[in-house]
Parts: sequence; structure tokens; C-alpha cells
Amino acid sequence: MNGFDSYRVRERAEIARMVLIAAFLVLSGAFFRTQIIQHDKFQLKAETNRLRPIPLTPPRGTILDRNGLVIAENVPGYSVKLLAPSTDSLRAVLDRVRRYVPLDSAQIGDIIDRYKQARYQAALVFGDASFDVIANLEEHRSALPGLVIQAEPKRLYPAGKSAAHLVGYVSEVTEADLTADRYPGAVLGSIVGKAGLEREYDDTLRGNDGVRYIEVNARGRLVREGAASATLQPTPGKPIVTTLDLDLQRYIDSIWPAGVRGAMVAMTPNGEIRALYSAPNFDPNHFVGGISSAEWRKLNTDPAKPLLNRVIQARYPPASPFKLAIAAMALKRGLIRLNTRMPEPCRGGMRLGNRVFRCWKREGHGTLDLTGAVAASCDVYFYQLGLKLGLDAIIQDGVLMGFRDKSGVDLENELNPIYPSSTAYFDKLYGPRYWSPPGTTLNFSIGQGENTQTLINMMRFYQGLAGNGEAVTPFIVKPSSNRKRSLGLTQQELDGLRRALIAVVEHGTASASRHSDLAVAGKTGTAQNPHGDDHGWFIGFAPAEKPELIVGGIMEFAKHGTVVAPYVVQTLRRYILGPEAAIPVKLGALQDESVTSADNAARPIELNPDSAAARAAVPDSVPQATEP
Amino acid sequence: MRAPTLDRQLVTVSVALVLFGLATLYSAGQTDVPTRAAGVWHRQFIWFGIGIVAAWIIFHVSLRVLEWISPTLYAFSIFLLALALLVGTGAGTAEGSHSWLSIGGHQIGQPSELAKVATVLMMARYLSGRKEPPRSLRDLIGPVLIVGVPCLMVLKQPDLGSAFVFVGIFFAMLFWAGVRPRMLFLLATPVISLLLAFNTLAWSVWIIVFVLILIAWRPYVWDWVVFLTANLAMGAIAMPLWNRLAPYQQNRLLTFLNPEADPRAAGYHAIQSRVAIGSGGWFGSGYTQGPQKRLAFLPEQHTDFVFSVVGEELGFVGVLVALGLFLALFLVLVRIARRATDSFSSLTVFGIVGLFFTHVFENVGMTVNLMPITGIPLPMFSYGGSFFIICSLCLGLALRVAWDSRLSGYTDA
Repeated sequence: MNGFDSYRVRERAEIARMVLIAAFLVLSGAFFRTQIIQHDKFQLKAETNRLRPIPLTPPRGTILDRNGLVIAENVPGYSVKLLAPSTDSLRAVLDRVRRYVPLDSAQIGDIIDRYKQARYQAALVFGDASFDVIANLEEHRSALPGLVIQAEPKRLYPAGKSAAHLVGYVSEVTEADLTADRYPGAVLGSIVGKAGLEREYDDTLRGNDGVRYIEVNARGRLVREGAASATLQPTPGKPIVTTLDLDLQRYIDSIWPAGVRGAMVAMTPNGEIRALYSAPNFDPNHFVGGISSAEWRKLNTDPAKPLLNRVIQARYPPASPFKLAIAAMALKRGLIRLNTRMPEPCRGGMRLGNRVFRCWKREGHGTLDLTGAVAASCDVYFYQLGLKLGLDAIIQDGVLMGFRDKSGVDLENELNPIYPSSTAYFDKLYGPRYWSPPGTTLNFSIGQGENTQTLINMMRFYQGLAGNGEAVTPFIVKPSSNRKRSLGLTQQELDGLRRALIAVVEHGTASASRHSDLAVAGKTGTAQNPHGDDHGWFIGFAPAEKPELIVGGIMEFAKHGTVVAPYVVQTLRRYILGPEAAIPVKLGALQDESVTSADNAARPIELNPDSAAARAAVPDSVPQATEP
Repeated sequence: MRAPTLDRQLVTVSVALVLFGLATLYSAGQTDVPTRAAGVWHRQFIWFGIGIVAAWIIFHVSLRVLEWISPTLYAFSIFLLALALLVGTGAGTAEGSHSWLSIGGHQIGQPSELAKVATVLMMARYLSGRKEPPRSLRDLIGPVLIVGVPCLMVLKQPDLGSAFVFVGIFFAMLFWAGVRPRMLFLLATPVISLLLAFNTLAWSVWIIVFVLILIAWRPYVWDWVVFLTANLAMGAIAMPLWNRLAPYQQNRLLTFLNPEADPRAAGYHAIQSRVAIGSGGWFGSGYTQGPQKRLAFLPEQHTDFVFSVVGEELGFVGVLVALGLFLALFLVLVRIARRATDSFSSLTVFGIVGLFFTHVFENVGMTVNLMPITGIPLPMFSYGGSFFIICSLCLGLALRVAWDSRLSGYTDA
């Protein structure tokens, strides 16, 4: 064939060579672009391809009492998570997990719901797995692709139920929490405080999540735990030291009568809370690692409302303990003195218009001065004192004393007390002509009527009485404000009122709880309860001359304040005299006729059957707990 | 005159490429997730042995015998292609195609690989038998038929990649036979017209430019008419032809233009391959250590995307070495073609260059999205028996041509 002479062929070979070299330069250029110029971009893509972040939970800060005893701490625990490329494969693996460890279909539903919120993350299966579960799963690891078992600090509450409402509990942050930004810095999967101190001081306690990366393959299966990328260590939360006395807290729990609903608070005259107890309670340890939905349902549907913190979230008519407020108002305004007697002696009742308002004691108290009236809790004396003050003054001074405001204790979800700001309140509630100012005045004089208070708020008032006449904000870690509310009483008047309170225990309504080795001052109360038996109050402090501790208690359906008194007195004795001095409270106290005979509150006062007082008499605004 | 030795350059480059390929294939099997690639390097070793034997045998066959047998071989390969179209089965990436022939349930080979070599030989025989290089379209009817028949049959399987190789062989061999480059350009114009037809404005401009080119170059009147008709026809049939493509073929072409458009399905291969290569950087992640490959993000890492393993693990430097070896192989083959004793041998060797080059450029190009993705293996690297043996045969043949030219005392004057 022509055209194959060496000259022509060499010419073509040159062209071919140039074409080939050019082609390879083009290829090399394409690789240079991909591998060198765009290297960072593809390197990042490669890592997001195969690295999955697993959050590392920081150890929460410990919560200590004032003596260094542990209220909440961390112990090693294990979480079980699953990495899955799709919902279907997660379900398939969970079905296999079921063969080795118990897992019901409701739990599986929860896990899958959680997975759907963040598919690129490992789905939490068990937040706190037992050693048996871990051992079983590890044994079958090869059959469970995507299994991530991680050592994680878990919360432990050594005091268990006894400090439940005080310390609160922790659980995984919910989507609603995140949307509302209730927990700044929390991300999906973070463990946050949901109640009590855990909630209030969550920012301090939580710390910052760390992160580690695990390597997955193209099907989203776990390949290696310790992936190349650097691990970010979590920052542990900071500890908090509280004013609490864990021994006292446990003691209250130990003496509290079984099955009784109520609350007790112990605090010092400068506002430091030593114990804060609410019954019935729950075990916060059950929330660690996620509470079972059955138990959660049970806690929420229990008519006794165990999640309710009755110290701050239940309102009761303040009843007789409020008489001290009436006395303080009258003293402050200079209307009476400690030895002032009322014009009308107590004959078991008092006529006002065409109605008779009775004293709790049918046979009457006779003529009493203020001290005597407090000691005997004479209603007729306080009816007259109330009328002397007038409703406007009672409302005005009550507001000044803080009966319309929260105590401000450093716990979340404290309820506002109910207390009118002016008489317009009654006009609005009943209509201007449908309520009787004198009748309302009489109700208010003995702590009934449209006035309901939380235990903590009443405690604040008594703390003012026990201290130097100034009520400060109660606190567990640090006070939320430095505001002091002066009761406006002279030292002499304060001493006089204290003497009256001593008389209550020495020979008055609470004399059954008297012990000679510790002088206790206090006031009983019986709060009307239209829904059943009356609630019992007792607020006391000791030593009476120079108070160190104020303890207040309320027991629902206790019928009388005298039932509560021995528990409060025992708590005071235990704190002040030490464990040896504590005499076991008679468990039969609730049925003891000799004790329950005194301090029967004025029954016939009924302005309207459906009054605000009636509605407020039971803890009405129970906060609806949200899913943990 | 002393007996010549084997062409040392060709042997060295070939052995280096085969060893590089085997090493890469071994690495492709080293994954954290069990994949089909796990044991293939073992079997490729067996094919390597068979390949050496095949090369040794073909080395001892005279080119005259091959020239004589080429029509028979060509007819046989056409027959096999027809058979494959009737009873062929799919495999691997091309599950739904008819590219494999099976006997008793065992897939024994892809006839398209044999057809490529047979077509090279047939073209060499046809072109070397002519007195003059083809000058007009009429002269090209023979070559067009020789290449067109197997090409269309392969396209029908459907195997776009192999069809592309036939086009590569066609242009390479016509060029080597002495067809003028402007003629080759005119032959390529219908394809340009086809691609531009998807944009009316661009196509209109092209037709005007094309007419101006025809006026300037003044080909035979008859050619004038045919080329213009072909260009116009391509513009007309572009859309119907597109609609006749299988959806996966359409997707491949579309994702070539924009891989991110469908990252989960069609674009997956293109993206993952580039991610693996791009993460390699200058020196790569180390031999057998590539995370994308190890974790099975890289698909088909032992066949079509074997070169991505090189890119990820050995980096840009490793890529340059591999590409350098291929370039060296082609330059050696061009030298052998130039020094061949006769035009048949010369055309055959250059046809082999065309065959190999199309494979390498298309395969390597698609791993970095320079070319659309077609299932086409990389010579000496990709796992696969029939293609490896075909490559060995080609190299053995080239060695024989080199031997013959040395025997005849060829000196590079």
C-alpha cells in the first residue's frame, strides 16, 4: 500500500505522539484539578461520608448539702445506641435486639420516633442499660450492625425519694424544650434538669457536650469506634453547694406518716432552706436513662399527684397562722398594743348584722389580750381586730408583707399566692352588690376567704417574725433577690408576738407537742377544705428566744393543725438538739382524740358556696408535667 | 546477524502496568465491608497466567497467518455478537444487557472484546490491501461497514462504552492509513451536529459554519452532498434518538453534565469516585488504606472504578505514575507501528493503540467526570478474564511485530 513510506509514517507518528501526549496532559490536568485544587472540598466530603458524630455526655455537677453530703452525683453507666441508614433497617435491628434483651413495642416506637428527628445520629435505645443488657448485646454484637455501646456518667440520687421534689430529676431534652430555647446550649439528645434544683441550676450543672466520631461504611454501619478525627472532650458541669441539711431532709422523710399528702420546709432566720419535703414523692433515680412510659403515666395520673411539689405548687387557705399577720398589721398601725383587749369578750361567737360568726370554741374564751388571743387562737378576738383594721388595710398591708407575691425561692414553677390587691377584686368576682365587706373582713381576719398561700410563702412571713422583723427571700443555693420586706414592728412588739407563739405550744392549741427541754414557738392552723377533711397547718421555730430554725408543715385532710405540730416539733428538736433528742412521733397521732380536740375553725362562714376560697382550698393549678 | 531480543521497552512497560494493576486489584479487595472485590486479585492472577500463555502463543504465530485468518475471525466474532444478542446475559454493572455468552450457566466471555481485535485485524487487512489511502467517501464505505456492523451490534446489547471503542479504532486506523485529517474531521461532523442539535441556536450556527468549511475545503461533490445531508439528518433525529435511549443511558449522559442533579442514584458513581480521588491529595492515603474504598463508598472499585483506588490511595503522584506508564506504552506501540515491516503489521499495532487509548481515556476520564460514565474496563487494571486475555494477545502481537522488524534489520535511520 502506498503512503507507508518511512517519511509519511514518521510524520503521522509525530502527530500521533503529540495527540497522545496532549490527551494525557488533559487527563493529568483533570486529576490535578480534582486532587490538588479541590482537595479540601473532597476531603471534607469524604469525612462527612464516613464520620458520624456521637455526642459525649459530660458528667453533671454534683449537688452537695452544707456539710458536703452528696444529694446528686454521677456513677458510671452505659448507653446503648444504634446507627442505622434507614427506619426499616433500624426496625430490623431492633427486632433482633429484642431476642436478647427485653424491649416492648412501645419502646421500639419511641426509639424510632427519636431516630426520625435526627437520622444521621445514632438512635438512643437504652439511656441507662444494666450490666446484663450490655453483656447480652456485646455477645451478639456481630448480629447487631450499628450497635454503639458507650460508657456515660449517669445521675445517682443517694437520698432517693426523700429529696425528690427538692433535687428534681433529669431527662433528655424534648423538641418542645429546644423550640422554646428553655435550655440554652442544649442539643437533641442532651440530658437536662427537668425539675427542682436540677432544673433551676441546669446551666451550672450541665457542662458542655463533647463529641467523638465513629466511622461508618456506605450502608451506614459502624466500622470503627476510634475514628481518626479528633475527639472533643466534654466539659464537666460545675458542682453546687446548697444550704440544705441532708440528714434533716432524710429525717423528715423517715417520720412523715405514710399515705399523707402534704409538705414540710425547714429554714433558718436568714432564709437558708435546710430541708424541703413534699409527699407523696417519687424516686428521681427512675428518670435516669429515660423513665418507662408506664411509670410516667402512673406518676401523672395518680390522684395524689406525686410530681407536685406541695411546698411551692399547692395553695392552701393560710387559716390561723394568718392571724399573726393580722396582729402584725394592727400593731404596726398602732391600733392596738400587746395587752389590748377587744370590747366584746368571746362567748363562742359574735353577731354581725343578722348572722352569728362563731369561734372554734363553743364555750368561748372570755376576755383575752392579744397574746392570749394568739395562744388560744380566738376567732372572736380577731373578728373584732379585723373590723378595727378594715378590709382595705388588711389588703394593703397583706400586699406589703408579700402575701400577693411568690416567695422567690430558687426553684422553678412556684405558684403565685392568691390575695386581692384591692376591694375591686370582689366587685369583679361577685358583682358590686353581691358581697358583704364586713363578712369578708371577718373571713380574712382568721385566714380564710379569698386568700390562699403556698407553704413557702407563709414560711417567709414566719421567718420575718422569727428573725429581726424583716422577711428575706428564702433560698437553697443563692437568693434570687436581696429584697427585704419589713414587717414594721418594733423589737418589743416582735418579742411580744413570739411570746404569744410560745404560749401556743406551752399551754395553747399545740400544748400536746410540748417538751420541756426545748422552747418551741409556733402556730397551728386548720384550713377549710370544701372537698373533704380540713388541712392542718403548723409553723413553728425554736429555740423560741433566739430562733435557729423555722419549720412549717401542712398535711392535707389532717382535720386539725395539732396533728401536724408533733412532726414540726420533732424536726426542730432533731435539728437543734441532735439525733439523740428526737423522740419518735407517735404513729397513731392522726387518730388520737386527745390531740384532735382543739382549734376547730369557724365553720359557718359561707359567703357563696362557690367562692374563690372554695376553689383555692385545694391545690388547683397543678402544673401539667410534660413528657420527660 | 545475531538473533534479535524481545522489545525490552514494551516488555518492561507491559509488566510494570500488569503488576501495578494486580497490586491495585489486591488493594481494591481490602475493605472493611465484605464486597465482591475481596478475592478477585487471586483469580486475576490466574488470568495473568493464561494471558502470558496467550501472548506467548500469538507471539509464535506469523502475522501472515493472522492476515489470512482475519476475515474468518471477523465473521466468527460477528456471529458471536449475534448469538449474544439472541441468548446473551448481563452481568455486573450491566445486569440488564446482553453482553455475555454462557455455556451451561457459566459465563465464558464477552464477544465484544474479541470483536474489537477481530475488527482491528480486518480493518488492517482491508486497508493494507488497497493501493491508495482512502480519499473519498466512496473509498470509506468498506471501513465504515467493517467497523459499523460490530459497533451497531454492540450498541444494541446495549454497551455504549464498547461501541465508543469501535469508533476510536475506526478513526485511529484511518489516520494511520493516511486518510487526510480534514476528511476525518468531516467524518466526525455528524456527531458534532448530533450533540449540538439539543440547542437550536447552536445547531443553526454550526450548520452555517459547516457549510463555510465545505466551501473552503471543496471536497468531491458527492461527499459534499452526503456530509451536509448527514449533518442535517442528525439535527432532525437527535430528539427521537435521545428518546430511544434506555433511561439509564440518558441518566448517565445527564449526570455527566451535572452529577449533583441526582446524587443518590445516577450521580452516585460519579460523585463517590471524585470524592475518593479528590481526598487523595498529593500522596494519597497510603496503599490499601483508602477509607472511601475500605468503607465501600467507592462502587465497582475492582472493575470500572479501579483507577479511583489509585487516586485515593496513591494520590496525584500515583496517578501520574500510572498515566505515565500508559503513555509510555502507547509511545512504544507507536514506535513499533512506525518500524513495522509491512503495512498490515503497522496498521494492526496502531489499531491496538486506538483500542487501548480509547479504553484508557474513557475509563480514567470518567473517574474524574471528564467523560460520561460508561461501563468500560481499564486495560491491565480492571478485573475481568476475557478483556485481560485480549490485552495480552494484543501485547503479544505487538511484540511479534517488533521482533519481525528487528529480524529484518530495521534501524531507526
